Amino acid sequence: MTLNSKVPEGRMDQKWDNYKASVSLVGPANRRRLEVIVIGTGLAGASAAATLGEMGYKVKAFCFQDSPRRAHSIAAQGGINAAKNYQNDGDSDYRLFYDTEKGGDYRSREANTYRLAQVSANIIDQCVAQGVPFAREYGGMLANRSFGGVLVQRTFYAQGQTGQQLLLGAYSALERQVALGTVTMYSRHEMLDVVVIDGKARGIIARNLVTGELERHFGHAVVMCSGGYGNVFYLSTNAMGSNVTAAWKAHKKGAYFGNPCYVQIHPTCIPVSGDYQSKLTLMSESLRNDGRIWVPKKKDDNRKPNDIPDEERDYYLERRYPAFGNLVPRDVASRAAKERCDAGYGVGSSKQAVYLDFKSAIERYGKTEAHKKGMHNPSKEEITEMGKDVVKSKYGNLFAMYEKITGENPYEVPFRIYPAVHYTMGGLWVDYELMTTLPGLYALGECNFSDHGANRLGASDLMQGLADGYFVIPYTIGSYLSKEIRTNAIPTDHPAFDEAEKNVRGRLEQLLNIKGTKSVDHYHKALGQIMWHKCGLARNEKDLKDAIQEIKALRAEFWKDVRVPGEMNSLNPELEKAGRVADFFELAELMCIDALNRDESCGCHFRLEHQTEDGEALRNDKDFAFVSAWEHQGDENWELHKEPLTYEYIEVKQRSYK
Amino acid sequence: MEHKNLSLTLKVWRQKNSKAQGGFETYKIDGISTEMSFLEMFDVLNEKLINEGKEPVAFDHDCREGICGMCSMYINGRPHGPWHGTTTCQLHMRAFNNGDTIVVEPWRAKAFPVIRDLVVDRSAFDRIIEAGGYVSVNTGTPQDANAIPIPKQKADAAFDSAACIGCGACVAACKNSSAMLFVSAKVAQLANLPQGQPERATRALNMLDQMDKEGFGSCTHTGACEAVCPKEISVLNIAKLNNEYLGASLTVARD
Ligand SMILES: Cc1cc2nc3c(=O)[nH]c(=O)nc-3n(C[C@H](O)[C@H](O)[C@H](O)COP(=O)(O)OP(=O)(O)OC[C@H]3O[C@@H](n4cnc5c(N)ncnc54)[C@H](O)[C@@H]3O)c2cc1C
Ligand code: SF4
Ligand code: FES
Repeated sequence: MTLNSKVPEGRMDQKWDNYKASVSLVGPANRRRLEVIVIGTGLAGASAAATLGEMGYKVKAFCFQDSPRRAHSIAAQGGINAAKNYQNDGDSDYRLFYDTEKGGDYRSREANTYRLAQVSANIIDQCVAQGVPFAREYGGMLANRSFGGVLVQRTFYAQGQTGQQLLLGAYSALERQVALGTVTMYSRHEMLDVVVIDGKARGIIARNLVTGELERHFGHAVVMCSGGYGNVFYLSTNAMGSNVTAAWKAHKKGAYFGNPCYVQIHPTCIPVSGDYQSKLTLMSESLRNDGRIWVPKKKDDNRKPNDIPDEERDYYLERRYPAFGNLVPRDVASRAAKERCDAGYGVGSSKQAVYLDFKSAIERYGKTEAHKKGMHNPSKEEITEMGKDVVKSKYGNLFAMYEKITGENPYEVPFRIYPAVHYTMGGLWVDYELMTTLPGLYALGECNFSDHGANRLGASDLMQGLADGYFVIPYTIGSYLSKEIRTNAIPTDHPAFDEAEKNVRGRLEQLLNIKGTKSVDHYHKALGQIMWHKCGLARNEKDLKDAIQEIKALRAEFWKDVRVPGEMNSLNPELEKAGRVADFFELAELMCIDALNRDESCGCHFRLEHQTEDGEALRNDKDFAFVSAWEHQGDENWELHKEPLTYEYIEVKQRSYK
Repeated sequence: MEHKNLSLTLKVWRQKNSKAQGGFETYKIDGISTEMSFLEMFDVLNEKLINEGKEPVAFDHDCREGICGMCSMYINGRPHGPWHGTTTCQLHMRAFNNGDTIVVEPWRAKAFPVIRDLVVDRSAFDRIIEAGGYVSVNTGTPQDANAIPIPKQKADAAFDSAACIGCGACVAACKNSSAMLFVSAKVAQLANLPQGQPERATRALNMLDQMDKEGFGSCTHTGACEAVCPKEISVLNIAKLNNEYLGASLTVARD
């Protein structure tokens, strides 16, 4: 099958308008008959389900948590981008598009990224109309901050809880539709397979996680909004339940997987403290607006951070990247931290950490406050106190969170931070309409591969999830469903449903019947170790080849020796985890294959064999300006398809943040 | 931070399903680092139970960052345990001493039936939101986000109320199992914003009606909810809700 991205003709800035003007519509009476299944209620899923419900489609939405409001999107901290140019600092759709392309190291599809920039402003309007309490200035206007990789202030935020506030907005819109009867919500349900009839996605098999029963659900279309797969590394900033299963089942039923090796490792997370560690906590990138990152200039310097004078500190980001300083993109900042720690300059007991210091920010803000209040000779203590108050108002919840976890007070001593797996740019391959290669199956939000290329800029995923759900899918799904108005709902006793349910049941029973000796977590941790060391921040051919063999061996052992207690017909968290880890094994292998195949460095994908003299990612546009779309061809067997990337609207350059 | 290892006795509520009779089981556990989170301590316990061929303890959790509202343990007689303004997942073992006995139960309330062990059904909260916890606006092209300036104090107050994570600790702490703090936080958020005005009166009435229908008790102002709320939602929200309710009862014709 050749990949058709279905990018509309015409000028870049007119494509989306042209598309909307010419796409087939479905009339209101028909919409009431058409059933749409939405998997996931994060920003992408909740916004899609609510909007499709408002339009009159019959929607069924699924999530595995006990309420749609708890999707992983709730944890997003820093903010959401939009090309509003409220700060009058030269922002525009083009600039947001350009920053996203450049940030992604020129590995994303221009037309999708441009559309994202175009609809971004509308998202903020919509959220404000829903009652999302964004931060505001004293004049009553919306406030903005900056994120890495850009020179404008276009990030909207609600303290450090932007994801929570946006998701609660989308959740309330969703619950309103539930009340109106257009959406039926299935919480504590896990989708375990896609049902394909005559080559089209026509439904799902889901397990009711409370009773353990397997259920069949028909849909004229299925919209996947199941989030990212960072937890393949075991330790990541993702919620514990985030997993690849929904996307992976779709992949095995015919949806190609795009760029699986593009994983973002976030520079500012709380370091690992012990082997019992279950997850890593992000300290929002917004901290880099005011915090300064440093390590001691001297190797193995064991002095306390506050005892090291300024001239003996190496503010290595400011030194290496004077133009962007502490606000370089994430991939650059993460590698720079690893470089310093590997070279022996790391801090803390593990030496796998660097400092993020607010001392100068506190002093700077304190002085401004004193000035505002007309204080002429403020004491050092007064300045510090006032400065702390300002910092608290901006980042209070992050500082409190850090203190709870580490027992250290970051107003007094610098944060200790280290990179951690955070976000997956790869995902199900989709065309301009967000349809996968399986007709009738769409993918939105983090579970698709689109928009962010090889590296996502901060505050751009909340934007993408909501763009996809509120403003893209409501149009593009019409193009498919307008041809389905004569399709009656297919009864779920159709043989394809029988077959899918039988397979799901067989796999669950198999897992329960192994009755081996080691827990699911044991295997998950071991898989995570392989991935972190061999397919993480820096990769090379030998490690990747080794990793593939190690993953295969570990996977075989898992299927022989895992112990899954409990039974099928009740709430059984171990069984849920076992199914997810089994899928992670398969995905992990494909990630390594993809990383091996992409014999260049780009964005987050850093192959040690390909770097510039000063250690930056060295792309190879001649051979690798394409999206890798992998077709599943049976167990441990994939075929690569390439979607060439061509650039009309920007000049492709070596990225530079100096 | 320097860390110590603790040996603990855990008394944990075990219940097979909503119909079964539950009871406490006692477990001894060693080598718990003070740097672990409370849920990581439960991971260690569960790993041990699995290795012994027993069934692990079921508990709800997801983000482990204090924001999703999923974790919900009643620890030593207090929802989310001893730390102020902290969810179960953010509670760390530094809070305990070597040799301590820790009693862990699920949320207890008629409207939150136990599903298994420490897992309860909180879907009643979703239904309360369905009754009116939103602004009735469809996706489309609303006016520009800066068209209506909102005074910073109002926006900040709305945010403080909106910080509720829907965990249900307030209900678990309340002797009447009232959900007033949860309901009032949503009502107050929207009452503070211009977008919330058109439906202001009906919202308060409908959400409170639903709260009653779900079997939550009424509020007798003990303040137990505020004391345990991990997001420090203030009881002033309840006062605000009562005002909204009074105002609405006078102005809205009800059928
Ligand atoms: C700590 C943290 C902070 C972040 N901060 C920011 C930020 O400031 N700005 C930004 O732009 N981005 C941020 N991100 C990234 C962003 O939060 C996520 O990429 C985004 O929320 C993903 O949204 P989503 O809707 O695609 O998926 P999710 O929110 O992950 O939702 C997935 C949904 O799918 C459901 N699901 C999954 N599998 C199944 C299944 N098999 N059956 C049924 N349901 C299923 C889940 O229940 C859930 O409802 C952050 C990420 C993290 C981890
Ligand atoms: S008000 Fe507080 S305790 Fe109650 S649900 Fe909200 S966050 Fe939890
Ligand atoms: S697990 Fe999310 S709040 Fe505790």
